[in-house]
Amino acid sequence: MTENSKHTILKTNNLSIGYQSKKNTSVIAENINLELKQGELIGLVGANGIGKSTLLRTLSNIQQPLHGDIKLNGKSISSYSGLELAKTMSLVLTEQLMSKNLSVFELVALGRQPYTNWVGNLTETDLSVINTTIQQTNLSELKHRKCYELSDGQLQKVMIARAFAQDTNLIILDEPTTHLDMYHKAYILKLLQQLAHDTNKTILFSSHEIDLAIQLCDSMIVMTNQGVISNSPCHLIEQGIFETLFPKDLIGFDQNTGSFRVKK
Amino acid sequence: MLGFLANISLGSVSIPIDDVFKSIFGNCDNESWQYIIQYSRLPKAFTAILVGSGLGISGLLMQTLFRNPLAGPFVLGISSGASLGVAIVILGSGLFGGIFATLLISKWSIVIAASLGSFLVLLAVLLVSSKVRDTMAILIIGLMFGSITAAIVSVLSYFSSAEQLQQYIFWGFGSLGNLSWSDLLIFFGIYSTGILLTIFSIKALNTFLLGENYAKSLGLNIKQSRLIIILATSLLAGTITAFAGPIAFIGLAIPHMTRQIFNTSNHKILLPAVFLFGAIVMLICDSIAQLPTSDYTLPINAITSLIGAPVVVWLLVRQRKMVF
Repeated sequence: MTENSKHTILKTNNLSIGYQSKKNTSVIAENINLELKQGELIGLVGANGIGKSTLLRTLSNIQQPLHGDIKLNGKSISSYSGLELAKTMSLVLTEQLMSKNLSVFELVALGRQPYTNWVGNLTETDLSVINTTIQQTNLSELKHRKCYELSDGQLQKVMIARAFAQDTNLIILDEPTTHLDMYHKAYILKLLQQLAHDTNKTILFSSHEIDLAIQLCDSMIVMTNQGVISNSPCHLIEQGIFETLFPKDLIGFDQNTGSFRVKK
Repeated sequence: MLGFLANISLGSVSIPIDDVFKSIFGNCDNESWQYIIQYSRLPKAFTAILVGSGLGISGLLMQTLFRNPLAGPFVLGISSGASLGVAIVILGSGLFGGIFATLLISKWSIVIAASLGSFLVLLAVLLVSSKVRDTMAILIIGLMFGSITAAIVSVLSYFSSAEQLQQYIFWGFGSLGNLSWSDLLIFFGIYSTGILLTIFSIKALNTFLLGENYAKSLGLNIKQSRLIIILATSLLAGTITAFAGPIAFIGLAIPHMTRQIFNTSNHKILLPAVFLFGAIVMLICDSIAQLPTSDYTLPINAITSLIGAPVVVWLLVRQRKMVF
């Protein structure tokens, strides 16, 4: 399959994001034109406060765009019903779980909510999806453990498994690698890459792990003050985009290694 | 079941257990015993079951909805609304004076006043909550309404006679024994509606365990489910307060006890377990309140806290960890 024939899952057209109140409008970013393709791992990077979360919130329909539109599977996102959207897009958020007294299995099973009946009974299909997901995310041994017994890295895996059990074309993760050590950061992102390629789902995540994202992502979205640029990591390096990410006084981007270095 | 039997066997008149059975089926030789069992102890035991399970379930609903282990059935101001209604009838009756006053202080007027009070406060909370996005704000709004009604009650009590105050305080003690079979039927009708709404909310309640944003991303209609849960709570807690007075503690403690013992947060298990526990604890508390074979009956409200609080403390200390 060539690059161009891949099915587009999400497309934005002249999108402006920001906050609107009665008195004034604060625009965070405008003219955003993105195209997320099926089966790709896409990393969203940018400095603190540049609006990564706002962009993800807008793409996941938690927040209204100021201008422009978002097409999910060719259909405007605002015309989706709550349940339709739940079957097309799943989320992994930064917010804490309200109850950690659920077992791993129970938590992953909650991902099947859009498909279950009024009382939430799991059918054979639901069970098989849940079990496959638990295997794919290497959680089989933890299946019956309670969530409060898990480490941060394990819990993040469970949250990812829950999103996968929701069986959606698109999965959006807000900073899935925060609070994790170096190994687990790489582990989680590698897992996401594997899942995207194996299951042919589109995975969009925001992260501060630019070095890892460059190595693992099929495509990256870079948010800078100049605008929002999207391309494959290699092209972005060639264009010198990463140099514009941060103020130049302290760290600089090394094109050869694809990582940032502290200036001496 | 055992609690139920114990509850109807114990009372100020001691009746042997085999005569208790005979009385239930209507073939006891001692007519006064049969009367006591059929018209006093049986309805009281049923009331205890409805009150205990209803309060426990509404407490569970509020704790899950508000993500707060301190929430109980009365956080939305339902009991304070009822108190206000009753206070206006009892304490305010002096203002009307004469025959009208005695007419006002009948049993039904108190039930109606309590229902009306809790309904009005609830309506206010619902109106405000439909405009508020944040669930926590609803919690605070409920508490604020509680403060307002408590303040009005204080003002009313300042202008009341000692006799009226005593009557109001007695209502506040709570009582399970004031219901006839026909009262019980009305009580049961409203109670069932509340329980039915709760059963329809099981899936939503489990989704709420993830937090509101996740719940929304799973396609849950947050505002609608929230409304149904609040409605179920008010039906349960509202009627219970109207018929049995503001019985504290059960609603807060039972969900905690159940969670500690069953070690789960899944509402498919919690709901029937809370139902059962609430009913059992209430039956036990009521049996103790009767002070078997003595002529005194202690206020049920005091007993629930006296018995329940140490149990919750003991459970928390034993498990060393709060399950929520």
